[in-house]
This record gives sequence, structure tokens and C-alpha cells, in this order.
Amino acid sequence: MDRPAATVASGRLDPVVLATKALSVWYGSTLALREITIAIPRNKITALIGPSGCGKSTLLRCFNRMNDLIQGARMKGDVTFDGELISGEIDPVVLRRRIGMVFQKPNPFPKSIYNNVAWGARINGYRGDMDDLVERSLRRAALWDEVKNKLHHSGLDLSGGQQQRLCIARTLAVEPEVILMDEPCSALDPISTARVEDLMDDLKNDYTIVIVTHNMQQARRVSDMTACLMLDEAASDGHRTGILAEFSPTDLLFTNPKDPRTEAYITGRIG
Amino acid sequence: MRWPRRPRYLAWLESGVSALLFLCAFVTVLTTIGIVAVLGVQTVGFFRIARIGITDFLFGVVLKPDARPPLFGVVPIFWGTMIVAIGSSMIALPIGLLSAIYLSEYAPRKARAILKPTLELLAGVPTIVYGYFALMLVTPVLRALLEPLGLRVETFNALSACVVVGVMIIPLVSSLSEDVLSSVPRGLREAAYGLGATKFEVSTRVVLPAGLSGVLASFILAISRAVGETMAVVLAAGMRPQITLNPLTSIETMTTYIVQVIGGEASYGTAKYLSLFAVGLSLFAVTLVLNIISGLILRHFREAYQ
Repeated sequence: MDRPAATVASGRLDPVVLATKALSVWYGSTLALREITIAIPRNKITALIGPSGCGKSTLLRCFNRMNDLIQGARMKGDVTFDGELISGEIDPVVLRRRIGMVFQKPNPFPKSIYNNVAWGARINGYRGDMDDLVERSLRRAALWDEVKNKLHHSGLDLSGGQQQRLCIARTLAVEPEVILMDEPCSALDPISTARVEDLMDDLKNDYTIVIVTHNMQQARRVSDMTACLMLDEAASDGHRTGILAEFSPTDLLFTNPKDPRTEAYITGRIG
Repeated sequence: MRWPRRPRYLAWLESGVSALLFLCAFVTVLTTIGIVAVLGVQTVGFFRIARIGITDFLFGVVLKPDARPPLFGVVPIFWGTMIVAIGSSMIALPIGLLSAIYLSEYAPRKARAILKPTLELLAGVPTIVYGYFALMLVTPVLRALLEPLGLRVETFNALSACVVVGVMIIPLVSSLSEDVLSSVPRGLREAAYGLGATKFEVSTRVVLPAGLSGVLASFILAISRAVGETMAVVLAAGMRPQITLNPLTSIETMTTYIVQVIGGEASYGTAKYLSLFAVGLSLFAVTLVLNIISGLILRHFREAYQ
């Protein structure tokens, strides 16, 4: 597997920011992911695609230990972040500030637009000028011009697309290094989707983005690397287990897939 | 014909159902109007027969219906009602809210499956049993604790009433609040965890504000229940109408006064007999004010998530 060279912006940093080694995840006794080994490059957009139930979101949620919130979820294998083991006995609270997350359904807090953005920074003890941080984050999320005159209105008064950009601004406000996006556009109309995609492209200079998407066109449009997950056909006990079929640069994966299952999926023959 | 014509009477049935449902809803309205009307008419009768003014009633500080001339100042029993309401709220609101947060955010599924029904069982205990509980257990314990400190604890005392009424209304707060807190969408919790929040921050700064309207509603319901509680208070706090800050002496509340008058030998149509309607109307007014206050609070603090 090719590892892209570190960009100029990241200097001497390791080009791999997140990595898993033989990672398996269970929900209760159901194996959801089998032995995934993947290395997410820094300052790139990595897309996770694959049919429903193949564990794309599960994999994404291993990176910020969000699966800890689900009773009965457990994992085996290693997950590292900047070379540091994060799958063991670490405090997920500290980790989650550094690895932000944007969810499928826009979920702004039932608070004002301002407080939505300031909330995360506040609980993490941000000491700087809050007004400035809120403005910067909203500008970065390409939402400032639309909301600057109504910062004290409820975040829920915004349209779906604006709410999703508000959620991105809220994530940016805690200054994470990685942003995980779990089907961020699936609840949005095409115009809002285009805006969020532009925004992702804009953000990748400063952040590493991992996005789960059902939309192959979207994966093609926005991502540098694509991982295609598949259902394990060997597991025939009625449960669905995901495995990694292929992980390549996006151009390559869509034009010249190495794995026959990937080819079948991207040409629409399965999934 | 595969699809038979829908019979005509369905439309009639539909409007019949709608009328029936309206009637059911209207019964409650009718009842309220009826209660207020009866209380109002009898209260007017009371003021005519007792020959006292409304201010003498509302602001009179002595309640001696058997004195000559009788004194019908409502302040002492209003005071008693407030003592019990405030005292029991000080016990029930914090404990109830904290156990709701525990049950909804912290408790493992198994603990919750046992604790919640147990708490709700408390609400099913007849209130007179709580009264005995106060008299036989709470007061002796208070005596054992406080008398060595030189404090005299009367057999009937306000503190004991506050304790048992407080325990009695904990399930109202905890059960209703827990329902409200657990119905806060999971997406909000995940958003907060995703920003690096601890469980405590998620509970107190996202979930609680989002469910605040329901939590406050449970508070108001609990306080109203404390204001209206009768039998436990009769047994715990006795029937001495007095304005005091000492919770270790006997007091009388508005509801216990009504019990006293009904249980006594006041004959029909006398001022003493009619006074219970005036007290009843005042009690109704207290509850109404509580509801209005809760409405105002809600409008201020509401964080609607839908």
C-alpha cells in the first residue's frame, strides 16, 4: 500500500496520523469488523465506502472511542493516533477533543448559534477571546456571513445544511487534529451537500478528514484515499461482519480496482 | 370488484368518535368549573355569615374558629402549608433530580431495571402509612438526635412532616424527570461526547437543559402534591395553627384545618363549617399560582430540541 508523502504543511510529522492493526470489533457476541489494518494519511481526505452494515461507521467510531458509549461493544487489536496507542486504557475524553466528529443527522445543541460553537471550547477550558474563536470557527465553516446577525438565535432555527455547517464549526472550535465525518451529507439537499464538500476540500490543508459515505460520487469528488469495506462472505452465521477489501488512492480505486469485490461494488453490481 | 366501496356510515362513525373524545376532554373542564363555582358560592356565604372582611381572612394572623367572636385569619395555616411545602421540597427536589440523572445517564441497564420500579413503588404507599411512619419512626429518631443537643421535639412537629412528605414526593420528581431526561435524543449526547465532554458535563450541561421544561414540571407537580398532602401531615405535624419558624413544634396546614373542621362538631351552615370552603378556595388559588409560575419559568428556560 502506498503511503503518500507528508505535505509541506505537516513538516517532519509522520505522514500517518491514524492507524489500525488487526482491529476487530464486537457488539456483544456479534463480530462487526474483522482484522482491519489501515493507515490514514495526514492532511488528506480518506473516504470509507462499502455496502450497508459492513462496519464503516463502526470503524470510524473506533478512532475517537465513540463505541465506548455502546454497551457490549469491545475491540481487539491496536489503534494508534500519532504513533500513540489509543485502543487501550486511555481517557477517551482527552482523545475526543483532538479527534472531532460530525454526525449523520445535524445535531446542534438546543442553544444559541454562539453557544453551540462556544460550548466545546468552554468545557475544554479555552482561555482566549471567545467571541474571536466563535467568529473564526464560523468563518472557517463558511457559515459566518449567514449567521453573523443572529448569533443569539437558536441553532435549531437554521436550515439542515446550515445546521450541519454549524456542527462543523462547533467541531473546529475545539481545534482538533482530525475530523471524523459519519455520512455528513446524507440528510442534506444537493446544494447544501456541495457547500459541505467545498468546505471539506478547504479544510484538508489543516486537518485530516475521514468520511464515511454511501455516495460513491461523493467519495470520488472529495477524497484522496478510499477504503472499500465489504461483507465477509465467509461469515455465514446470519450476522454481518465487515472486512477491508481495498485501500488505495481514490483515482486508482475507481478506475482500476485491484479487488474484484471492489469492482463489483463500485460498478453497482453489489451493495 | 377487488376494492369494495367503503360504507357510508364510516364518516358518521368518525364524527361520532370525535364528539365522544371531545366530551371526555370536556368532563375535566366541567369538573373544574363545578369545583370553583361551589367553592365560590359557599365562600361568599362564609363571608356573609362570619361577618368578616376579605382582608381579615387573608391577612388575619389568628385562627380561632371557636373563640367568641371567632377569628378566621388564614395566615397561620397558610404559613404551615408553606413550611411543609418548602421543607419537603428541600428534601425531594435535589434527591429526586439527582436520582433521575443517575438513572438516566449513569446507571447500568440492570441497576435501572431494579431501581426505577422500586422508586415508583414509594409513590404507591398510602399516605396515611407515611403518617404512621412519621409518628412511630421519624419523630423518635429526631428526638434521639436532637434532644441530646438540648432541643425539645414535640410529638407532633413540622420537621417530621417535611421529612415524610419529602420522601413521599421523591418518586414524582425522579420518575417524571428520568422519563424526560432519557427521551433527550442520543444525538445530542454524542455531539457533546464528541467534543470531549465528560459524562458529568454531558448530563448537566446538555441533557438537563434540554429536558429542563419537563424537570421543572415534575418539580411543580411535586410541590403541588406537598401543598395538598393531608393525612400524613395530620399525623406528623398535628393541628396547632401557629406562625413559627421552629420546625420542632406542631403546626397546622390548610388541608389539615379542613380535616379538623369536617371531623369536628361544626354544624351545617355555621361560619366555622363554611370557613372550610374559603380555605379550600385559597388552597385552589395557591395551586393555580404555582402552575402560573411554572408556566413563566418554562418560557424563560426552555431549550426545545424539536
